[in-house]
Amino acid sequence: MTAPELTHPLPRTRRRLTPALRWWWMFQRISGVVLVALIFTHLFYNLILGGGVSQIDFGFVAGKWAAPLWQWWDFTMLVLAMLHGMNGMGYLINDYARSKRSRGILHILLGAATAVIIVLGTLVIFTFDPCPAGANPQNLNVPLCQELGKL
Amino acid sequence: MTAVDDAPIAVDEVPTLTVTLRIRRMNPEGNADHAPGEDYWEEFQVEAHATDRLLDALHKVKWEQDGTLAFRRSCAHGVCGSDAMRINARNRLACKTLLKDLNPAKPILVEPIAGLPVEKDLIVDMEPFFASYRQIMPFLMTSGPTPERERLQTPAQRERFEDTTKCIMCAACTTACPVFWTDGQYFGPQAIIGAHRFIFDSRDEGQWDRLEILNDTAGVWKCRTTFNCTEACPRGIEVTKAISEVKRALNTGKI
Repeated sequence: MTAPELTHPLPRTRRRLTPALRWWWMFQRISGVVLVALIFTHLFYNLILGGGVSQIDFGFVAGKWAAPLWQWWDFTMLVLAMLHGMNGMGYLINDYARSKRSRGILHILLGAATAVIIVLGTLVIFTFDPCPAGANPQNLNVPLCQELGKL
Repeated sequence: MTAVDDAPIAVDEVPTLTVTLRIRRMNPEGNADHAPGEDYWEEFQVEAHATDRLLDALHKVKWEQDGTLAFRRSCAHGVCGSDAMRINARNRLACKTLLKDLNPAKPILVEPIAGLPVEKDLIVDMEPFFASYRQIMPFLMTSGPTPERERLQTPAQRERFEDTTKCIMCAACTTACPVFWTDGQYFGPQAIIGAHRFIFDSRDEGQWDRLEILNDTAGVWKCRTTFNCTEACPRGIEVTKAISEVKRALNTGKI
């Protein structure tokens, strides 16, 4: 048996682009804390305040999204939750996907799913029509639609 | 008060027991029953004292039953770190593990440490492990002329990195790390421990070179704080804590 050939350690001047891993690590922790606050406020507002669980219907959501605060609240929640989940799933893929090929495919699928959901969700939040023409007024948020002049 | 030797215990009086060792074996050249490179379990029965260590039992197998059993050991007293192996699914040193602590009623499972290529039986190729250690430049880096006397530091400065100087490079921590098992790029806990020992040494000036290496894709950010390394360390080093200290130094820019 021969001794392994020793290679010189890395040169001291080595500089690399700032590694994305560290930013993801930080993001995962910060977004986790922010998400706890966002999600519990979201649940408290929807399920406990006002009429409780039974208040949630099309009109309730329409009323919420008429306010920019809730639009941006839900948008932040959407983006942070999707990226946080994507990063966590990415760790799992790295752990369990054995071959480079399956790892690559799963990462692409994960990225695509994240992108599609973020884009669709953002579209829904910001282009939401609270009073679609021809809808049954029973399902609508009547005061809001009257205020908007659509009813 | 003087110690009184009331009733000396004769060697025969130490209770003996029969233990079964189930050893994970692999012979690169093969033998009558197994193909080259095939791994398989083999059981051995050994008469042992309750005070014996697993290493003694392995010696009995090798010396009295099957001379082809291959494992590493050097000092046999928990200092050299040669005989790390996976014992009952936990990484330990065979020379620091007493048989009576292993529930001798059941077969004791002995496997090579995981995540490194097996060369034969319980011997693994440690080169990837040492290569990671070399990457973090485990030597004193200073500037200026060499002083005529030793480089001084206060007890408090020494205390800062005392814990990580205890490492014996047995690889028990690194090969207990699930990220190391699946991610061939990760330096592993031991290399980070090795860097920690110099990063927090007041005499060393290469901190930021090492931190930059650990900030890289193979470095500390792969750590998932599962504490497997801390649990595995036969020297009781708080490995996960040391890794977190490196992360904090990178995040705050302060050492």
